Amino acid sequence: MAGANLKVGGCGERWVSSRSMTSPSIDRSSLRPHEPGDSVFDRLERLLPLITKPIQYIGGEVNAVTKSWSEAEVRWALMYPDAYEVGAPNQGVQILYEVINERDDALAERTYAVWPDLEALMREHGVPQFTVDGHRAVGDFDLLGLSFSTELGYTNMLTALDLAGIPLLAVERDESHPVVVAGGHAAFNPEPIADFVDAAVLGDGEEAVLLITDIVRDWKRAGRPGGREGLLLELARTGSVYVPRFYDVDHLEDGRIKRVAPNRPDVPWRVRKHTLMDLDEWAYPKNPLVPLAETVHERMSVEIFRGCTRGCRFCQAGMITRPVRERSITSIAEIVENGLQRTGYEEVGLLSLSSADHSEIADIARNLADRYEDSQTSLSLPSTRVDAFNVDLANELSRNGRRSGLTFAPEGGSERMRKVINKQVTEEDLIRTVTTAYAGGWRQVKLYFMCGLPTETDDDVLQIATLAREVIRAGREATGRRDIRCTVSIGGFVPKPHTPFQWAGQLDHETTDARLRKLRDAIRSDREYGKSIGLRYHDGKPGIVEGLLSRGDRRVGRVILQAWRDGARFDGWSEHFDFDRWMSAAATALADDVVDVDWFTTRERQRTEVLPWDHLDSGLDVEWLWEDWQDALDEVAVDDCRWTPCFDCGVCDQMDTEIQVGPTGVVDLPMPGVGPRNPVLADSTSA
Amino acid sequence: MAPRPQPDRETAPAVQRLRLQYAKRGRLRFSSARDFQRALERALRRAGIPMAYSAGFSPHPKISYANASPTGVASEAEYVEIGVTEACDPEAVRAALDAALPPGLDVVDAVEARTPDFANRLEASLWRVELPGVSAPDAARAVAALLAAEEVLVDRMTKNGRRTFDARGAVIRASSSGEAADESAFDPAASDCAILTLVVRHGTPSVRPDDVLSALRRVADLVPPIPPRVTRLAQGPLDEAGTSVNDPFAPDRAG
Repeated sequence: MAGANLKVGGCGERWVSSRSMTSPSIDRSSLRPHEPGDSVFDRLERLLPLITKPIQYIGGEVNAVTKSWSEAEVRWALMYPDAYEVGAPNQGVQILYEVINERDDALAERTYAVWPDLEALMREHGVPQFTVDGHRAVGDFDLLGLSFSTELGYTNMLTALDLAGIPLLAVERDESHPVVVAGGHAAFNPEPIADFVDAAVLGDGEEAVLLITDIVRDWKRAGRPGGREGLLLELARTGSVYVPRFYDVDHLEDGRIKRVAPNRPDVPWRVRKHTLMDLDEWAYPKNPLVPLAETVHERMSVEIFRGCTRGCRFCQAGMITRPVRERSITSIAEIVENGLQRTGYEEVGLLSLSSADHSEIADIARNLADRYEDSQTSLSLPSTRVDAFNVDLANELSRNGRRSGLTFAPEGGSERMRKVINKQVTEEDLIRTVTTAYAGGWRQVKLYFMCGLPTETDDDVLQIATLAREVIRAGREATGRRDIRCTVSIGGFVPKPHTPFQWAGQLDHETTDARLRKLRDAIRSDREYGKSIGLRYHDGKPGIVEGLLSRGDRRVGRVILQAWRDGARFDGWSEHFDFDRWMSAAATALADDVVDVDWFTTRERQRTEVLPWDHLDSGLDVEWLWEDWQDALDEVAVDDCRWTPCFDCGVCDQMDTEIQVGPTGVVDLPMPGVGPRNPVLADSTSA
Repeated sequence: MAPRPQPDRETAPAVQRLRLQYAKRGRLRFSSARDFQRALERALRRAGIPMAYSAGFSPHPKISYANASPTGVASEAEYVEIGVTEACDPEAVRAALDAALPPGLDVVDAVEARTPDFANRLEASLWRVELPGVSAPDAARAVAALLAAEEVLVDRMTKNGRRTFDARGAVIRASSSGEAADESAFDPAASDCAILTLVVRHGTPSVRPDDVLSALRRVADLVPPIPPRVTRLAQGPLDEAGTSVNDPFAPDRAG
């Protein structure tokens, strides 16, 4: 759950409490006629003193742009459907924002979910959903693009549509309304939101937004032939944009899907994902946004490669972003240097799904550490494998800095479990790795695990405690110190579409909670090591809702709508999430159906069942996925195709792509050149 | 194994301190003191100011903040002091930093620090409070009632819970006038716009303009229908007459 442990923040500064104010009930739109593209900031401004953290709604980020409304032919509002503090740092939105704004014929602005305090005031005062760049009404744009990293943002989308004055149901929209396009990882099964979005895009967004921009521009220039439906047909016929309304879903009597078929000529049976090749050609972000407000990631992020072929069977990201495409060491260094100069950030994050797997990572780490050794700039590798090499890397990146904590993700507590999920880490590997870390001066090691994995038993989870005890024991032995710590962090497993576990039954939340309690008790009762082990976990209920939204079909849309009407907002935030509200919404919305929440979540699927996302092509061969699922049950490992022969997952053939990895042969980068004399120095201005 | 020693990297000492005056204008008045701190530290790096850093595992740039105005309040007179490792031209630093900060966070003045005790020099603030929707006579009556009182207790939530304190004693001067409504006001109700001018002494607990507004509500039931717009126009030492504040940079300029 992204941001689940964040607080909404303390009480902000308030001039006058809203209760003591008489609220003027004037229809402001009648006082000031609204022209498309006009700023609504003056109307918003007087609400800002009444809410918490107004800074998140004012925009003004370093490197943000606000382009002329009239000069752009195609106008995108881009939304990350979570709070600004989570959404603003999102790399995907920042990249698309830049890619679109570089075009002379298009503009892009950003919008985020507003907190309930502002939502209530916006409704009361008739202020529409706005962008933070030009404070323009979202309803004025040609397109509203939503990036869903998680399904738990769906209700926030409905709030934004409603506040924007856009009908919630796509079929009720007319030509005056923006075309609502979903992207991000959750868009690989957009069926639960099929009624609310006009289109969905699978895969990398850079080229896809340019394609859509071209089509919308040409359609507008041509006088909007065919109206809204004409435009959507144009998009659907590319085979690269999924338009749910052009596909009919038939069901069997038992509730399973019978078939999904296009209902218009020329609309393809399957829609393909987009894959961006040659990352060096797309060196974004070039102008990273620097928010004024505090956000969850206060750093300059560089994606060092995209995709992952480690083959962890639970990992949707690793399955749907294949193949691996690396950025070269030279390009990475250029992006880092440019980004630091343009942002003033003090931290650089080298991002990817498994950063230490970059073929040139050792040279990258050494070169960057050399370059920024004297500059108060810190470097970080957020995702680390269980591997002693990773500790060397982390040591290199923290030459001068504090060595507080290192994070590893064995994911499964027992050796058997790790074979099931294809996480090829032995206990010996883990102990060797953490011992190296403690001996290198790291005081705290964080270990990530999952609970609720297929075939898991209580014993598999209890072995997490055994492992953590062994970690502390070995750490104390290696360092001679007793102040080392190990934090065990546990997430609930949710089976995801386009993975070998897409057929698996999800563990019910009662069993999840019981297992975690047993684990907690096992750790607490350990007198020798228990005090050195921290345990963090959430209850299993949010995972069930996430599971419903992840593997649901179009019928789940009714549940989302009902839950939203009942008040669901910010479902990724534990203080806003309400499990009972979701369950009662599901009971109401599915009352006349043969399916229910369990049917979508805890039920195991058979090979022959048509899955809701089968017509959406991630490139993965369904036969391979099924074999990998069977291999999981047989506890058989599959290797990584970067250093073993291809094992025919299907992606490269199906998508006409290939693995792009180094090394490039570049080992040493030139140090950045010495610039002209700094003009702020006293003797340079007096000269 | 012993803990790792502190890094032996040399930290260059500060050879000069610069005092900056900045303004928080327009929508940027909604930035908090912490928001400004982050923005400033990044702007200093973008502008290439040769900052001095503290030593240790997590070095921090040498910056001292003084008496920041509350979130939501605009200001023409906020102050910050920085330490640099090479002698700089104050005006060049001002211009470079102003260009690096977002519009609305504007660096308006800079001097080399030549005197100690700058923070103590900030004795009082001059505030301008626009009250859209409040008529000038109503505001004048409320101000008169406030000045006639010896003590007006108000309460406000602070970090340590709800506190009750006197908001009258710190008010050295208060006057009101009526002006044409601010051009951004478009409510018929806002065609009235009284403007208060306040000189308030700094102290503990600090009396802020919202506390004075609470006091006006208490003594005269003055309740603005629209959130007031507050601007700190100046802060510094009280002048001899005790009715306004002087330039806190004056001793540095003279030195």
